[in-house]
Amino acid sequence: MSEIVKDFTIESYLEYIRNKKLMGSKCKDCGETYVPVRKLCTKCNTANMEWVEMSGKGKVAAFTSITVGTPFFVEKGYGRNKPYCFSVIKLDEGPMVSGQLVGVDESKPETISVDMPVKVKFLETEIKGETRVDLGFEPA
Amino acid sequence: MAKLARKVALVGAGMSKFGRHFPNKRNPDLWIDAWLDAVSKVDNGINSKDIDACYVGNYSSDLFNHQGHLGPQMANLVGLTPKPAPRFEGACASSGIALRQAVIAIASGVHDVIAVSGVECMTELPTTGVTDVLATASDSLFEYPAGATFPGLYGTLASAHMHKYGTTIEDLMRVGIKNHENGRENPYAQMQQSIKEMMESKKARLEKEGKDIPDWKDEFDFLKSRSNPMIAYPLRLFDCSLITDGAACLFLAADNVAKKFTDTPIWITGTGQGSAALSLHDRDDLTSFIASREAARQAYQMSGLKPKDIQICEVHDCFTIAEIVALEDLGFYERGKAVEAIKNGETKRDGVLPINTSGGLKSKGHPVGATGAAHAVEIFKQMRGIAERNRQVKFDVEKAMTHNLGGSGGTCVVHIYEK
Repeated sequence: MSEIVKDFTIESYLEYIRNKKLMGSKCKDCGETYVPVRKLCTKCNTANMEWVEMSGKGKVAAFTSITVGTPFFVEKGYGRNKPYCFSVIKLDEGPMVSGQLVGVDESKPETISVDMPVKVKFLETEIKGETRVDLGFEPA
Repeated sequence: MAKLARKVALVGAGMSKFGRHFPNKRNPDLWIDAWLDAVSKVDNGINSKDIDACYVGNYSSDLFNHQGHLGPQMANLVGLTPKPAPRFEGACASSGIALRQAVIAIASGVHDVIAVSGVECMTELPTTGVTDVLATASDSLFEYPAGATFPGLYGTLASAHMHKYGTTIEDLMRVGIKNHENGRENPYAQMQQSIKEMMESKKARLEKEGKDIPDWKDEFDFLKSRSNPMIAYPLRLFDCSLITDGAACLFLAADNVAKKFTDTPIWITGTGQGSAALSLHDRDDLTSFIASREAARQAYQMSGLKPKDIQICEVHDCFTIAEIVALEDLGFYERGKAVEAIKNGETKRDGVLPINTSGGLKSKGHPVGATGAAHAVEIFKQMRGIAERNRQVKFDVEKAMTHNLGGSGGTCVVHIYEK
Protein backbone atom coordinates (compact mmCIF):
# COMPACT_ATOMS: atom_id res chain seq x y z
CA MET A 1 0.00 0.00 0.00
CA SER A 2 1.41 3.37 -0.93
CA GLU A 3 1.80 6.04 1.71
CA ILE A 4 -1.07 8.52 1.92
CA VAL A 5 0.09 11.77 0.34
CA LYS A 6 -0.16 14.65 2.77
CA ASP A 7 -2.22 17.57 1.53
CA PHE A 8 -0.09 20.52 0.38
CA THR A 9 -0.95 22.73 3.36
CA ILE A 10 1.08 24.86 5.73
CA GLU A 11 0.33 22.43 8.55
CA SER A 12 1.72 19.50 6.53
CA TYR A 13 4.89 21.52 5.83
CA LEU A 14 5.25 22.44 9.51
CA GLU A 15 4.66 18.82 10.54
CA TYR A 16 7.57 17.80 8.31
CA ILE A 17 9.71 20.49 9.99
CA ARG A 18 8.71 19.11 13.40
CA ASN A 19 9.99 15.75 12.10
CA LYS A 20 13.19 17.49 10.96
CA LYS A 21 12.56 17.25 7.26
CA LEU A 22 12.70 20.27 4.95
CA MET A 23 10.11 19.45 2.31
CA GLY A 24 8.76 21.41 -0.62
CA SER A 25 6.24 20.89 -3.39
CA LYS A 26 7.26 20.39 -7.00
CA CYS A 27 4.90 21.08 -9.88
CA LYS A 28 4.51 17.92 -11.94
CA ASP A 29 3.61 20.05 -14.96
CA CYS A 30 6.42 22.63 -15.08
CA GLY A 31 8.92 21.44 -12.47
CA GLU A 32 8.82 24.65 -10.36
CA THR A 33 9.69 23.96 -6.70
CA TYR A 34 8.08 25.74 -3.75
CA VAL A 35 9.47 26.00 -0.22
CA PRO A 36 7.51 26.71 1.98
CA VAL A 37 4.99 24.43 0.31
CA ARG A 38 2.30 25.66 -2.09
CA LYS A 39 -0.61 23.75 -3.52
CA LEU A 40 -1.11 26.02 -6.54
CA CYS A 41 1.72 26.53 -9.01
CA THR A 42 1.67 30.23 -9.86
CA LYS A 43 3.95 29.65 -12.88
CA CYS A 44 1.48 27.44 -14.75
CA ASN A 45 -1.71 27.82 -12.66
CA THR A 46 -2.18 24.12 -11.99
CA ALA A 47 -2.51 22.25 -8.69
CA ASN A 48 -0.57 19.13 -9.62
CA MET A 49 2.12 18.87 -6.97
CA GLU A 50 4.38 16.22 -5.47
CA TRP A 51 6.41 16.40 -2.27
CA VAL A 52 10.19 16.65 -2.64
CA GLU A 53 12.79 16.72 0.12
CA MET A 54 15.37 19.50 0.03
CA SER A 55 19.06 18.77 0.51
CA GLY A 56 19.17 21.45 3.19
CA LYS A 57 22.17 23.07 1.52
CA GLY A 58 22.23 26.65 0.38
CA LYS A 59 23.77 30.11 0.67
CA VAL A 60 22.99 33.21 2.69
CA ALA A 61 21.00 35.58 0.45
CA ALA A 62 20.64 38.28 3.13
CA PHE A 63 20.84 38.50 6.91
CA THR A 64 20.65 40.72 9.96
CA SER A 65 21.74 40.48 13.56
CA ILE A 66 18.90 41.51 15.87
CA THR A 67 19.42 43.05 19.32
CA VAL A 68 15.78 44.03 19.92
CA GLY A 69 13.99 40.76 19.25
CA THR A 70 10.52 39.28 19.10
CA PRO A 71 8.92 38.11 22.38
CA PHE A 72 9.72 34.45 21.53
CA PHE A 73 13.43 35.20 21.02
CA VAL A 74 13.55 37.42 24.11
CA GLU A 75 12.11 34.48 26.06
CA LYS A 76 14.88 32.31 24.62
CA GLY A 77 17.40 34.69 26.22
CA TYR A 78 18.35 36.85 23.23
CA GLY A 79 18.72 40.59 23.59
CA ARG A 80 21.06 43.56 23.72
CA ASN A 81 24.02 41.49 24.94
CA LYS A 82 23.16 38.37 22.98
CA PRO A 83 21.88 39.18 19.48
CA TYR A 84 20.53 36.54 17.11
CA CYS A 85 20.82 36.26 13.37
CA PHE A 86 17.76 36.20 11.09
CA SER A 87 18.55 35.13 7.54
CA VAL A 88 17.05 34.51 4.13
CA ILE A 89 18.66 31.41 2.63
CA LYS A 90 18.75 30.52 -1.05
CA LEU A 91 18.51 26.73 -1.20
CA ASP A 92 20.57 24.85 -3.78
CA GLU A 93 17.26 23.71 -5.31
CA GLY A 94 16.32 27.35 -6.02
CA PRO A 95 13.67 28.52 -3.53
CA MET A 96 14.46 30.87 -0.65
CA VAL A 97 13.40 30.35 2.99
CA SER A 98 13.64 32.31 6.24
CA GLY A 99 15.42 30.89 9.26
CA GLN A 100 17.62 31.65 12.23
CA LEU A 101 21.32 31.37 11.38
CA VAL A 102 23.32 29.82 14.23
CA GLY A 103 26.97 28.95 14.69
CA VAL A 104 28.06 32.46 13.67
CA ASP A 105 29.33 35.38 15.75
CA GLU A 106 26.13 37.42 15.98
CA SER A 107 27.84 40.20 17.95
CA LYS A 108 30.30 40.65 15.06
CA PRO A 109 27.91 40.70 12.09
CA GLU A 110 30.70 42.04 9.84
CA THR A 111 32.12 38.49 9.99
CA ILE A 112 28.93 37.03 8.48
CA SER A 113 28.58 37.40 4.75
CA VAL A 114 26.07 37.13 1.94
CA ASP A 115 26.81 34.06 -0.22
CA MET A 116 28.24 32.14 2.75
CA PRO A 117 27.46 28.40 2.30
CA VAL A 118 25.11 26.99 4.93
CA LYS A 119 23.31 23.77 5.78
CA VAL A 120 20.02 23.14 7.53
CA LYS A 121 19.95 22.79 11.30
CA PHE A 122 16.65 22.09 13.03
CA LEU A 123 16.47 24.11 16.22
CA GLU A 124 14.78 22.63 19.28
CA THR A 125 13.31 24.77 22.05
CA GLU A 126 11.65 23.44 25.20
CA ILE A 127 8.43 25.33 25.88
CA LYS A 128 6.20 24.28 28.78
CA GLY A 129 7.43 20.71 28.65
CA GLU A 130 7.03 20.41 24.89
CA THR A 131 9.75 20.48 22.26
CA ARG A 132 9.27 22.99 19.49
CA VAL A 133 11.28 22.56 16.28
CA ASP A 134 12.12 25.51 14.04
CA LEU A 135 13.90 25.68 10.71
CA GLY A 136 17.42 27.05 11.12
CA PHE A 137 20.78 27.04 9.36
CA GLU A 138 24.47 26.90 10.26
CA PRO A 139 27.67 27.44 8.29
CA ALA A 140 28.35 24.44 6.02
CA MET B 1 -2.67 53.04 -18.19
CA ALA B 2 -5.38 55.44 -19.30
CA LYS B 3 -5.59 59.00 -18.02
CA LEU B 4 -8.17 59.62 -15.28
CA ALA B 5 -11.65 59.96 -16.78
CA ARG B 6 -12.12 63.21 -14.86
CA LYS B 7 -9.42 65.48 -13.43
CA VAL B 8 -8.96 65.41 -9.64
CA ALA B 9 -7.58 68.31 -7.62
CA LEU B 10 -6.05 68.52 -4.17
CA VAL B 11 -7.69 71.69 -2.80
CA GLY B 12 -6.61 71.54 0.83
CA ALA B 13 -4.28 69.56 3.10
CA GLY B 14 -3.33 69.65 6.74
CA MET B 15 -2.12 67.58 9.65
CA SER B 16 -1.99 67.34 13.40
CA LYS B 17 1.29 67.87 15.19
CA PHE B 18 3.08 64.51 15.06
CA GLY B 19 4.44 63.15 18.34
CA ARG B 20 3.73 61.08 21.41
CA HIS B 21 0.25 62.30 22.30
CA PHE B 22 -1.54 59.46 24.11
CA PRO B 23 -3.49 59.81 26.43
CA ASN B 24 -3.84 63.56 25.91
CA LYS B 25 -4.87 62.93 22.32
CA ARG B 26 -6.40 59.78 20.83
CA ASN B 27 -7.53 59.01 17.27
CA PRO B 28 -10.63 61.27 17.33
CA ASP B 29 -8.65 64.22 18.78
CA LEU B 30 -5.78 63.82 16.31
CA TRP B 31 -8.18 63.59 13.38
CA ILE B 32 -10.06 66.76 14.37
CA ASP B 33 -6.72 68.61 14.67
CA ALA B 34 -5.82 67.47 11.15
CA TRP B 35 -9.26 68.38 9.79
CA LEU B 36 -9.14 71.92 11.24
CA ASP B 37 -5.61 72.42 9.89
CA ALA B 38 -6.70 71.27 6.41
CA VAL B 39 -9.85 73.45 6.47
CA SER B 40 -7.64 76.46 7.23
CA LYS B 41 -5.66 75.73 4.05
CA VAL B 42 -8.68 75.82 1.68
CA ASP B 43 -8.62 79.29 0.09
CA ASN B 44 -12.39 79.81 -0.18
CA GLY B 45 -13.33 77.62 2.78
CA ILE B 46 -14.92 74.18 2.88
CA ASN B 47 -17.45 72.57 5.16
CA SER B 48 -19.00 69.15 5.59
CA LYS B 49 -21.99 70.02 3.34
CA ASP B 50 -19.57 70.26 0.40
CA ILE B 51 -18.18 66.74 0.99
CA ASP B 52 -19.61 63.47 -0.36
CA ALA B 53 -17.57 60.87 1.50
CA CYS B 54 -14.81 60.33 4.06
CA TYR B 55 -12.09 57.82 3.09
CA VAL B 56 -10.11 56.71 6.14
CA GLY B 57 -6.64 55.16 6.05
CA ASN B 58 -5.63 53.41 9.26
CA TYR B 59 -3.37 50.44 9.83
CA SER B 60 -4.31 48.92 13.13
CA SER B 61 -6.54 50.79 15.54
CA ASP B 62 -7.85 47.28 16.25
CA LEU B 63 -4.58 46.23 17.89
CA PHE B 64 -3.23 49.62 19.01
CA ASN B 65 -6.47 50.91 20.53
CA HIS B 66 -8.94 48.00 20.61
CA GLN B 67 -11.09 49.90 18.13
CA GLY B 68 -12.12 48.60 14.75
CA HIS B 69 -14.56 50.22 12.31
CA LEU B 70 -12.85 53.59 12.33
CA GLY B 71 -14.48 54.97 9.15
CA PRO B 72 -17.90 56.02 10.47
CA GLN B 73 -16.35 57.23 13.73
CA MET B 74 -14.01 59.65 11.96
CA ALA B 75 -16.76 60.78 9.53
CA ASN B 76 -19.16 61.55 12.37
CA LEU B 77 -16.63 63.73 14.19
CA VAL B 78 -16.49 66.15 11.26
CA GLY B 79 -20.22 66.19 10.45
CA LEU B 80 -20.19 63.74 7.56
CA THR B 81 -22.77 61.25 8.90
CA PRO B 82 -24.56 59.51 7.05
CA LYS B 83 -22.19 59.76 4.06
CA PRO B 84 -20.01 56.80 2.99
CA ALA B 85 -17.00 56.29 5.27
CA PRO B 86 -14.90 53.27 4.27
CA ARG B 87 -11.60 52.40 5.93
CA PHE B 88 -8.56 51.21 3.97
CA GLU B 89 -5.69 49.07 5.26
CA GLY B 90 -2.34 48.31 3.65
CA ALA B 91 0.02 48.55 6.62
CA CYS B 92 2.06 51.80 6.41
CA ALA B 93 0.51 52.52 2.99
CA SER B 94 -3.06 52.66 4.40
CA SER B 95 -3.76 56.35 3.76
CA GLY B 96 -1.88 56.26 0.45
CA ILE B 97 -4.47 53.67 -0.56
CA ALA B 98 -7.31 55.85 0.83
CA LEU B 99 -5.99 58.76 -1.27
CA ARG B 100 -5.77 56.59 -4.38
CA GLN B 101 -9.28 55.19 -3.91
CA ALA B 102 -10.62 58.72 -3.43
CA VAL B 103 -8.94 59.82 -6.66
CA ILE B 104 -10.47 56.85 -8.49
CA ALA B 105 -13.93 57.47 -7.00
CA ILE B 106 -13.91 61.12 -8.07
CA ALA B 107 -12.52 60.33 -11.52
CA SER B 108 -15.27 57.75 -11.98
CA GLY B 109 -17.97 60.33 -11.27
CA VAL B 110 -19.37 58.59 -8.20
CA HIS B 111 -18.31 61.42 -5.88
CA ASP B 112 -17.34 65.07 -6.46
CA VAL B 113 -15.56 65.91 -3.19
CA ILE B 114 -13.93 63.54 -0.71
CA ALA B 115 -12.15 64.10 2.60
CA VAL B 116 -9.23 61.68 2.98
CA SER B 117 -8.23 60.88 6.53
CA GLY B 118 -5.04 59.18 7.69
CA VAL B 119 -4.88 58.46 11.40
CA GLU B 120 -2.93 56.33 13.86
CA CYS B 121 -2.42 56.46 17.61
CA MET B 122 0.46 54.09 18.42
CA THR B 123 1.74 55.09 21.84
CA GLU B 124 -1.25 53.65 23.68
CA LEU B 125 0.93 50.51 23.68
CA PRO B 126 4.45 50.26 25.13
CA THR B 127 7.29 49.93 22.57
CA THR B 128 7.37 46.11 22.76
CA GLY B 129 3.63 46.02 22.01
CA VAL B 130 4.03 48.45 19.09
CA THR B 131 6.83 46.28 17.68
CA ASP B 132 4.60 43.23 17.89
CA VAL B 133 1.66 44.99 16.18
CA LEU B 134 3.93 46.22 13.39
CA ALA B 135 5.23 42.67 12.95
CA THR B 136 1.74 41.57 11.88
CA ALA B 137 2.33 43.54 8.66
CA SER B 138 5.06 41.06 7.79
CA ASP B 139 4.65 37.31 7.29
CA SER B 140 3.48 35.77 10.57
CA LEU B 141 3.77 32.17 9.37
CA PHE B 142 7.44 31.88 8.42
CA GLU B 143 9.34 35.15 8.94
CA TYR B 144 8.09 35.96 12.42
CA PRO B 145 8.85 32.51 13.91
CA ALA B 146 12.37 32.82 12.46
CA GLY B 147 12.81 35.97 14.57
CA ALA B 148 12.04 38.71 12.06
CA THR B 149 11.20 42.14 13.44
CA PHE B 150 10.48 45.13 11.22
CA PRO B 151 13.93 46.67 11.65
CA GLY B 152 15.22 43.11 11.15
CA LEU B 153 13.58 42.78 7.74
CA TYR B 154 14.95 46.15 6.60
CA GLY B 155 18.36 45.24 8.05
CA THR B 156 18.20 42.07 5.98
CA LEU B 157 17.38 44.07 2.84
CA ALA B 158 20.22 46.46 3.69
CA SER B 159 22.70 43.56 3.90
CA ALA B 160 21.75 42.51 0.36
CA HIS B 161 22.09 46.10 -0.93
CA MET B 162 25.47 46.53 0.77
CA HIS B 163 26.70 43.24 -0.68
CA LYS B 164 25.55 43.95 -4.22
CA TYR B 165 26.33 47.66 -4.52
CA GLY B 166 28.90 48.35 -1.82
CA THR B 167 26.51 50.61 0.11
CA THR B 168 28.09 51.59 3.45
CA ILE B 169 26.79 52.42 6.91
CA GLU B 170 27.90 56.04 6.29
CA ASP B 171 25.61 56.06 3.23
CA LEU B 172 22.73 55.04 5.50
CA MET B 173 23.67 57.68 8.08
CA ARG B 174 23.63 60.48 5.47
CA VAL B 175 19.91 59.83 4.91
CA GLY B 176 19.10 60.28 8.59
CA ILE B 177 21.32 63.36 8.94
CA LYS B 178 19.64 65.01 5.92
CA ASN B 179 16.10 64.19 7.06
CA HIS B 180 16.72 65.58 10.55
CA GLU B 181 18.08 68.79 8.97
CA ASN B 182 14.68 69.09 7.26
CA GLY B 183 12.60 68.01 10.23
CA ARG B 184 14.12 70.73 12.43
CA GLU B 185 12.39 73.21 10.08
CA ASN B 186 8.99 71.55 10.40
CA PRO B 187 6.85 72.73 13.34
CA TYR B 188 4.63 69.66 12.89
CA ALA B 189 7.53 67.19 13.22
CA GLN B 190 8.07 64.90 16.19
CA MET B 191 11.84 65.50 16.47
CA GLN B 192 12.71 69.06 15.49
CA GLN B 193 16.44 68.70 16.01
CA SER B 194 19.35 67.99 13.72
CA ILE B 195 21.56 65.05 14.61
CA LYS B 196 24.41 67.53 15.23
CA GLU B 197 22.23 69.36 17.75
CA MET B 198 21.40 66.09 19.48
CA MET B 199 25.10 65.22 19.60
CA GLU B 200 25.97 68.61 21.14
CA SER B 201 23.21 68.35 23.73
CA LYS B 202 24.37 64.86 24.66
CA LYS B 203 27.91 66.19 25.15
CA ALA B 204 26.59 69.07 27.26
CA ARG B 205 24.57 66.69 29.41
CA LEU B 206 27.58 64.44 30.03
CA GLU B 207 29.69 67.47 30.92
CA LYS B 208 27.06 68.67 33.37
CA GLU B 209 26.97 65.24 34.99
CA GLY B 210 30.76 65.36 35.35
CA LYS B 211 31.28 62.40 33.04
CA ASP B 212 33.86 61.93 30.30
CA ILE B 213 33.00 63.96 27.23
CA PRO B 214 33.23 61.80 24.12
CA ASP B 215 35.55 62.98 21.41
CA TRP B 216 33.06 62.93 18.52
CA LYS B 217 34.45 64.90 15.55
CA ASP B 218 31.19 64.89 13.64
CA GLU B 219 27.77 63.30 13.36
CA PHE B 220 29.24 60.13 11.92
CA ASP B 221 31.37 59.55 15.03
CA PHE B 222 28.29 60.14 17.19
CA LEU B 223 26.16 57.79 15.07
CA LYS B 224 28.79 55.04 15.32
CA SER B 225 28.98 55.34 19.11
CA ARG B 226 27.12 53.57 21.88
CA SER B 227 24.76 56.54 21.99
CA ASN B 228 23.24 55.11 18.81
CA PRO B 229 22.70 51.46 19.69
CA MET B 230 22.42 48.69 17.11
CA ILE B 231 18.83 47.53 16.57
CA ALA B 232 19.18 45.13 13.64
CA TYR B 233 22.53 45.13 11.85
CA PRO B 234 23.38 47.28 9.97
CA LEU B 235 20.53 49.47 11.25
CA ARG B 236 21.04 51.45 14.43
CA LEU B 237 18.48 53.47 16.38
CA PHE B 238 18.97 56.54 14.16
CA ASP B 239 18.33 54.47 11.03
CA CYS B 240 14.78 53.78 12.24
CA SER B 241 11.69 55.95 11.97
CA LEU B 242 9.75 56.94 15.05
CA ILE B 243 6.76 55.63 16.97
CA THR B 244 4.20 58.38 16.55
CA ASP B 245 0.61 59.48 17.08
CA GLY B 246 -0.81 61.70 14.36
CA ALA B 247 -3.36 62.38 11.67
CA ALA B 248 -3.53 64.06 8.27
CA CYS B 249 -6.44 65.33 6.18
CA LEU B 250 -6.73 65.96 2.43
CA PHE B 251 -9.59 67.51 0.47
CA LEU B 252 -9.98 66.26 -3.10
CA ALA B 253 -12.40 67.72 -5.66
CA ALA B 254 -13.43 67.01 -9.25
CA ASP B 255 -12.30 69.52 -11.90
CA ASN B 256 -15.76 71.07 -12.31
CA VAL B 257 -16.12 71.87 -8.60
CA ALA B 258 -12.45 72.51 -7.62
CA LYS B 259 -12.73 76.20 -8.60
CA LYS B 260 -15.30 76.68 -5.85
CA PHE B 261 -12.58 76.03 -3.29
CA THR B 262 -9.48 77.56 -4.83
CA ASP B 263 -8.11 79.35 -7.89
CA THR B 264 -4.88 77.35 -7.65
CA PRO B 265 -5.73 73.65 -7.50
CA ILE B 266 -3.00 71.02 -7.50
CA TRP B 267 -3.89 68.27 -9.94
CA ILE B 268 -3.26 64.63 -9.15
CA THR B 269 -2.29 63.41 -12.60
CA GLY B 270 -0.90 60.00 -11.80
CA THR B 271 -1.77 57.24 -9.35
CA GLY B 272 -0.30 53.76 -9.12
CA GLN B 273 -0.35 50.85 -6.72
CA GLY B 274 1.72 47.67 -6.67
CA SER B 275 2.05 44.57 -4.54
CA ALA B 276 4.67 41.95 -3.70
CA ALA B 277 4.93 38.69 -1.81
CA LEU B 278 4.64 39.40 1.91
CA SER B 279 7.74 37.35 2.78
CA LEU B 280 11.16 38.49 1.63
CA HIS B 281 12.04 34.87 0.84
CA ASP B 282 9.29 34.78 -1.80
CA ARG B 283 10.78 37.70 -3.75
CA ASP B 284 13.21 37.54 -6.66
CA ASP B 285 15.16 40.63 -5.68
CA LEU B 286 16.16 41.73 -2.17
CA THR B 287 17.78 45.01 -3.27
CA SER B 288 14.65 46.62 -4.71
CA PHE B 289 10.87 46.67 -4.16
CA ILE B 290 8.87 45.33 -7.08
CA ALA B 291 5.71 46.94 -5.63
CA SER B 292 7.41 50.37 -5.81
CA ARG B 293 8.60 49.86 -9.36
CA GLU B 294 5.11 48.78 -10.44
CA ALA B 295 3.32 51.65 -8.65
CA ALA B 296 5.78 54.14 -10.16
CA ARG B 297 5.41 52.65 -13.64
CA GLN B 298 1.63 53.11 -13.49
CA ALA B 299 1.80 56.66 -12.14
CA TYR B 300 4.40 57.79 -14.69
CA GLN B 301 2.43 56.25 -17.53
CA MET B 302 -0.84 57.85 -16.42
CA SER B 303 0.70 61.31 -16.05
CA GLY B 304 2.93 61.05 -19.10
CA LEU B 305 5.85 62.25 -16.96
CA LYS B 306 9.29 60.73 -16.55
CA PRO B 307 11.53 60.54 -13.46
CA LYS B 308 13.56 63.55 -14.66
CA ASP B 309 10.38 65.70 -14.65
CA ILE B 310 9.81 65.24 -10.91
CA GLN B 311 11.20 68.19 -8.92
CA ILE B 312 10.62 67.08 -5.32
CA CYS B 313 9.47 63.84 -3.73
CA GLU B 314 8.37 62.58 -0.35
CA VAL B 315 9.57 58.97 -0.11
CA HIS B 316 8.83 56.35 2.51
CA ASP B 317 11.95 56.38 4.71
CA CYS B 318 10.71 54.04 7.43
CA PHE B 319 14.38 53.03 7.63
CA THR B 320 17.33 54.84 6.05
CA ILE B 321 17.92 51.99 3.58
CA ALA B 322 14.31 52.38 2.38
CA GLU B 323 15.00 55.94 1.13
CA ILE B 324 18.03 54.75 -0.83
CA VAL B 325 16.09 51.91 -2.44
CA ALA B 326 13.10 54.20 -3.16
CA LEU B 327 15.29 56.67 -5.08
CA GLU B 328 16.34 53.78 -7.31
CA ASP B 329 12.92 52.15 -7.62
CA LEU B 330 11.31 55.46 -8.62
CA GLY B 331 13.82 55.78 -11.45
CA PHE B 332 15.60 58.90 -10.15
CA TYR B 333 18.91 57.05 -10.06
CA GLU B 334 20.25 53.82 -11.50
CA ARG B 335 20.45 50.83 -9.19
CA GLY B 336 23.31 51.25 -6.76
CA LYS B 337 23.86 54.90 -7.74
CA ALA B 338 21.56 56.73 -5.28
CA VAL B 339 24.15 56.79 -2.50
CA GLU B 340 26.56 58.78 -4.67
CA ALA B 341 23.87 61.38 -5.38
CA ILE B 342 23.02 61.59 -1.68
CA LYS B 343 26.70 62.06 -0.87
CA ASN B 344 26.85 64.89 -3.42
CA GLY B 345 23.96 66.63 -1.69
CA GLU B 346 21.53 66.25 -4.59
CA THR B 347 18.67 65.19 -2.27
CA LYS B 348 19.15 68.00 0.27
CA ARG B 349 16.71 70.92 0.47
CA ASP B 350 19.01 73.03 -1.71
CA GLY B 351 19.92 70.14 -4.03
CA VAL B 352 18.62 69.39 -7.51
CA LEU B 353 16.09 66.82 -6.22
CA PRO B 354 14.99 67.64 -2.67
CA ILE B 355 13.76 64.46 -0.96
CA ASN B 356 11.68 64.43 2.22
CA THR B 357 11.70 68.17 2.88
CA SER B 358 9.18 67.41 5.66
CA GLY B 359 11.85 65.58 7.65
CA GLY B 360 10.56 62.22 6.49
CA LEU B 361 9.36 59.44 8.71
CA LYS B 362 12.73 59.62 10.45
CA SER B 363 12.29 63.09 11.90
CA LYS B 364 8.68 64.15 11.25
CA GLY B 365 7.48 60.82 12.66
CA HIS B 366 5.61 57.79 11.37
CA PRO B 367 2.04 57.28 12.63
CA VAL B 368 1.78 54.42 10.16
CA GLY B 369 -1.77 54.83 8.87
CA ALA B 370 -1.41 58.62 8.61
CA THR B 371 1.89 58.65 6.75
CA GLY B 372 0.61 58.40 3.16
CA ALA B 373 -1.74 61.35 3.60
CA ALA B 374 0.96 63.32 5.44
CA HIS B 375 3.27 62.87 2.45
CA ALA B 376 0.67 64.73 0.36
CA VAL B 377 0.42 67.49 2.99
CA GLU B 378 4.12 68.33 2.52
CA ILE B 379 3.81 68.29 -1.27
CA PHE B 380 0.75 70.60 -1.04
CA LYS B 381 2.77 73.07 1.07
CA GLN B 382 5.84 72.97 -1.15
CA MET B 383 3.78 73.44 -4.33
CA ARG B 384 1.88 76.33 -2.75
CA GLY B 385 5.09 77.86 -1.40
CA ILE B 386 3.83 77.81 2.19
CA ALA B 387 6.23 75.36 3.87
CA GLU B 388 7.09 76.70 7.32
CA ARG B 389 10.38 78.06 8.71
CA ASN B 390 13.36 77.56 6.42
CA ARG B 391 11.97 74.49 4.70
CA GLN B 392 10.50 75.91 1.50
CA VAL B 393 12.54 74.91 -1.56
CA LYS B 394 13.98 77.81 -3.50
CA PHE B 395 12.29 77.09 -6.84
CA ASP B 396 8.70 76.96 -8.04
CA VAL B 397 7.50 73.36 -7.72
CA GLU B 398 5.40 72.42 -10.74
CA LYS B 399 5.67 68.63 -10.56
CA ALA B 400 6.03 66.45 -7.49
CA MET B 401 5.63 62.88 -6.26
CA THR B 402 4.77 60.89 -3.15
CA HIS B 403 5.88 57.30 -2.48
CA ASN B 404 4.14 55.35 0.30
CA LEU B 405 5.37 51.84 1.11
CA GLY B 406 3.49 49.27 3.21
CA GLY B 407 5.15 46.77 5.52
CA SER B 408 8.41 45.39 4.19
CA GLY B 409 7.35 46.35 0.68
CA GLY B 410 4.23 44.22 0.18
CA THR B 411 2.26 47.31 -0.90
CA CYS B 412 3.29 50.55 -2.55
CA VAL B 413 1.29 53.58 -3.65
CA VAL B 414 2.74 56.38 -5.80
CA HIS B 415 1.09 59.69 -6.73
CA ILE B 416 2.13 62.48 -9.08
CA TYR B 417 1.03 66.09 -8.55
CA GLU B 418 1.07 68.96 -11.05
CA LYS B 419 0.09 72.62 -10.94
